[in-house]
Amino acid sequence: MSEEKMINLKIDNKDVRVPEGTTILEAARKVNIDIPTLCFLKEINEVGDCRMCITEVEGRRGFATSCIQKVEEGMVVHTNSPAVIEARRTILDLILSNHHRDCLTCVRNGNCELQSLAQKLNMTDIRYDGVKNEYEIDELSPSIVRDFNKCILCRRCVATCKKVQKIGAIDTTQRGFSSCISTVGNNSLNDVNCTFCGQCIENCPTGALHEKESIEEVWKKLKDPETYVVVQTAPAVRVALGEEFGMPIGTNATGKMVNALKCLGFDKVFDTNTGADFTIMEEGTEFVKRFKENDNLPMITSCSPGWVKYIEMNYPENLKHLSSCKSPHEMFGALIKTYYAEKENIDPAKIYVVSVMPCIAKKFERQREEMKENGLYDVDAVLTTRELARMIKSANIEFTELEDEAFDDPMGEATGAGAIFGVTGGVMEAALRSVSEILTGKELEKIDFEEVRGQTGIKRATIKIGDNEIKVVVAHGLGNAQTIMEEIKQGKADYQFVEIMACPGGCIMGGGQPIKSSKTRMTVDVRKKRADAMYTIDEKSKIRKSHENPVLQKIYQDYLGEPGGHKAHEILHTHYTEREKYRI
Amino acid sequence: MNTVLENIRKIREEKRQELDIRVNSQVGTNEKHILVCHGTGCTSSKSPKIIENFRKIIEEKNIENVRVIQTGCFGLCAKGPIVIIRPEDTFYAMVKPEDCEEIIQSHIIEGKPVERLLCKDIDGTVVQKLDDLTFYKKQKRIALKNCGKIDPEQIDEYIAFDGYKALEKVLLEMTPEEVIEEVEKSGLRGRGGAGFPTGKKWRLTRDVEGDQKYVVCNADEGDPGAFMDRSILEGDPHSVVESMIIAGYAIGANQGYIYVRAEYPIAVQRFGVAIKQAREYGLLGKNIFGTDFSFDIEIRLGAGAFVCGEETALLESIEGKRGQPRVKPPYPANSGLWGKPTLINNVETYANITRIILNGAEWYSSIGTENSKGTKVFALGGNVVNVGLVEVPMGTTLREIVYDIGGGIPNGRGFKAAQTGGPSGGCIPAEHLDTPIDYESLKAIGSMMGSGGLIVMDDTKCMVNLAKFYLSFTVDESCGKCTPCRIGTKRMLELLEKITSGNGDKEDLEKLEELANSIPKTAVCGLGQSAPNPVLSTLKYFRQEYLEHVNEKVCKTGECKALAKIQIDEEKCRGCGMCKRNCPVEAISGEPGKKHHIDEAKCIKCATCISVCPFHAIG
Repeated sequence: MSEEKMINLKIDNKDVRVPEGTTILEAARKVNIDIPTLCFLKEINEVGDCRMCITEVEGRRGFATSCIQKVEEGMVVHTNSPAVIEARRTILDLILSNHHRDCLTCVRNGNCELQSLAQKLNMTDIRYDGVKNEYEIDELSPSIVRDFNKCILCRRCVATCKKVQKIGAIDTTQRGFSSCISTVGNNSLNDVNCTFCGQCIENCPTGALHEKESIEEVWKKLKDPETYVVVQTAPAVRVALGEEFGMPIGTNATGKMVNALKCLGFDKVFDTNTGADFTIMEEGTEFVKRFKENDNLPMITSCSPGWVKYIEMNYPENLKHLSSCKSPHEMFGALIKTYYAEKENIDPAKIYVVSVMPCIAKKFERQREEMKENGLYDVDAVLTTRELARMIKSANIEFTELEDEAFDDPMGEATGAGAIFGVTGGVMEAALRSVSEILTGKELEKIDFEEVRGQTGIKRATIKIGDNEIKVVVAHGLGNAQTIMEEIKQGKADYQFVEIMACPGGCIMGGGQPIKSSKTRMTVDVRKKRADAMYTIDEKSKIRKSHENPVLQKIYQDYLGEPGGHKAHEILHTHYTEREKYRI
Repeated sequence: MNTVLENIRKIREEKRQELDIRVNSQVGTNEKHILVCHGTGCTSSKSPKIIENFRKIIEEKNIENVRVIQTGCFGLCAKGPIVIIRPEDTFYAMVKPEDCEEIIQSHIIEGKPVERLLCKDIDGTVVQKLDDLTFYKKQKRIALKNCGKIDPEQIDEYIAFDGYKALEKVLLEMTPEEVIEEVEKSGLRGRGGAGFPTGKKWRLTRDVEGDQKYVVCNADEGDPGAFMDRSILEGDPHSVVESMIIAGYAIGANQGYIYVRAEYPIAVQRFGVAIKQAREYGLLGKNIFGTDFSFDIEIRLGAGAFVCGEETALLESIEGKRGQPRVKPPYPANSGLWGKPTLINNVETYANITRIILNGAEWYSSIGTENSKGTKVFALGGNVVNVGLVEVPMGTTLREIVYDIGGGIPNGRGFKAAQTGGPSGGCIPAEHLDTPIDYESLKAIGSMMGSGGLIVMDDTKCMVNLAKFYLSFTVDESCGKCTPCRIGTKRMLELLEKITSGNGDKEDLEKLEELANSIPKTAVCGLGQSAPNPVLSTLKYFRQEYLEHVNEKVCKTGECKALAKIQIDEEKCRGCGMCKRNCPVEAISGEPGKKHHIDEAKCIKCATCISVCPFHAIG
């Protein structure tokens, strides 16, 4: 290995030694000197637009853009000279002058990068105030709200949509002061090629992008004694919810979450992980059948609704490759309104199923016409992890002080396989655990499929199951999904089973998860910490294979019949349709 | 010998003799060449119709030995459409299509010049020949050498006047290193604005390792009132083609792009023709003159964004992206088009290269000042008699350009200021009229060379209003990428609007100055960094006017209508009635020959009376 060339420089009189190619910003943060940023997003948006990160470099005319400028030998940098501070305050003043500063009623109050910068730079007055751009708020879609009045044109959303997800639903239009982020023909996100992955929200520094809230509807149902309100929580919610209450990233807060939900007044608190176990049973069975019959292979997972919308819009000719399984929370919602309602003798029309999800595309998925059973939606409301945190805060619940509680029976038991659904490779691993044993009839010696774990964008592996070799691919992030779909389209796919999740990292990094600042994303590996928490849950689970879950076995025996059978199909499966990218 | 080379040399020899008539008024011939300007300015005044009429009449009358030639710009646009008849070099000004008959009949057939169409010089004397006009006396044409001399759509005419001879010399006799040395020694600096040494830029691009390099020509001329590059492309496109090929050889590139504004249809068309002809002649393409060197050029059209004249925004636009500047460094020499090492120069810079190669660096560097060599083309406009295109040696003073070449200020008005560098430049007041024009001197007085726009303003102009005009241009043209330019310039404009509408106070002036000093340091690209220059320079030289607007709520020129106090100076008024006749609201009263008076209640402060008063009695 060739030795990395090191560069010596001085930042604020500190000697710094960093590898060649490091930016001033990275070098400074390495020695705990913070330089404020707004548009910077590591590896995604390194463009130097906002000008907050300017620094002085001795002997250089003008300021240096520290998020882009690479270090040079002998460089002397001043990050906080009076001239720099003055210039930064002027820039921030200008940004604030064109920003709707209704912070008290903003969804990002307390978690806004612009707000914290204003506080840090002691912005007690807007000196260069003037006319503001006024925009209509786009809240037509079931998933996402865009409020341009809060947009500071950092374009982190654009870079995420274009470069990471490779969708390009949004981009800059107009020029100068009129510049704004828009869609084709300035239409609502509801009517263009947006998949509702919500990655733009995760990367927005302000309140310009947020989920379409369902909190009020849920409160209303909780208040109504006639409604039986059941809540279920997705695997990824429990490893992130704590962050909203100051707990370290990667904390497993399952017990406190369940307790909080009970405090909020939900009649039953179930675990979507159990739904995930059902998905494995159905999807595993479907795969075995399709594998044996060589029917429309590769088969691709269908539990990520952003991904499903993506393939419906972009590769409708390949919809046959999708598994017909509903996603875990939809399966679970359907079972609550059928099996559970029947068992408990509750009128399904009076049951209100709330799903707490790390995802905003689930809000769209929920209202698809296919997701109905006997005229009733499988799920009635989807809350994001963030929305749940807001409800807990509104109810004045001291989250961190709560005792651990367990999910309710009879649908509260889940396996480790269901838990890892929330991380890239997790669905594949869970499926392989069951498929192996179903195909071979023998117990697996080693149930950890390391080859499909980790953060690599596209993971390929060949798994030996009995006499068969199954080639699998795991892709996360829609940019990587596109690569796989192009392979399939061009007939280059030599694999049989594909897992795709719309969000990079999987559901743990979903568009409904707690928002981390650009600085946190730069300095902490959020993905890994949340993923590690998921795998720890799996490791500590008593049962780690979906087909061994006694709850499932009982429900199949008592109610559904065979996995993949007629009734199971009716309740747990769905279909897909070609979707126009632009409804304009 | 290489057949391409052989062919070119043959054309050069034969054609040069045939075209001696264009440069030699003593040539013994019975031929006549009628040269008609087919630049954008004259075209808009029907010069294509003039050409058509001439040709039609010649055919109808069956006249032999007379050719009608469309040329590029002659420079004296104020007198357009211009027709020149050679070899005698007779200069006809403001010709109309219906004058063609008379010119043919009288001049061509009867040998008598049409007196009424002859051009009048500044002092009113009738001038027979182009060379006798004072307008041309202090000029030196290098970049514009062929403009108005050849038909830009005939490659043979270009070849006749040493065309592609520099390329021949470079490819057959010089190493790339020698070419760069020659350009370096010439002292040529970028004519696009900043004045970066051209040779140094070429060397930097050559020195960067890369399997693929590009040569780019910036023809996205966008300054209001500037048309130097357009005229070169319209009048002599091959000089740019040839120089780009030479640049490609010097830096090791085999592909060139020219980025032209789509609003320059004639330039685009002519350059397209030039490329096509050069390809047909084997001057573009594989193994030029039988050497290992290959080169080709493609045209890319700009959609009219001013910011795309900024080199990195231009590269983004060529790549098919939104035209927004990149943060520098890295510079294009290291990472340019599609991330490859790229040489980017503007049209006028390239137009100098062939002469430097043919006449030598020593010759070139003998022209101009110590640090600014050669000539500079200016688009002279505004309140000046001879509006047009001028090329002068560096070091010529502003006074010489405005008064000797430009013929001074019309209507007997006084000179107030000149704006160089367009919206990025600054105002130069009368006290600096004797500043020799070069990069450093202009910078020292708060302006900049820019690409060559030169707008003269007379004493009826309000400098605060002028700053507002330029700033509103920048606000419109800001790409919106970086905060200081997107919002900062907008806030500056708002402050200026406040001040010019009589609502400004001292604090607004302070804020304006604060922003004007801050934005240059924080904006990403040249557009934003230089946007406050018109404000800074007017504040420097005309602060009193700002103070009058703010403190006394008065705009003495009356241009800021809300602050106009228009009065007639009774001492100066002769009672001619011009103001009364031109007043659109009948606010002026007065008997002929007696002092006139303005009714303030009726006056809408349009300032028409100020501009029409022959005695400068209104203000």
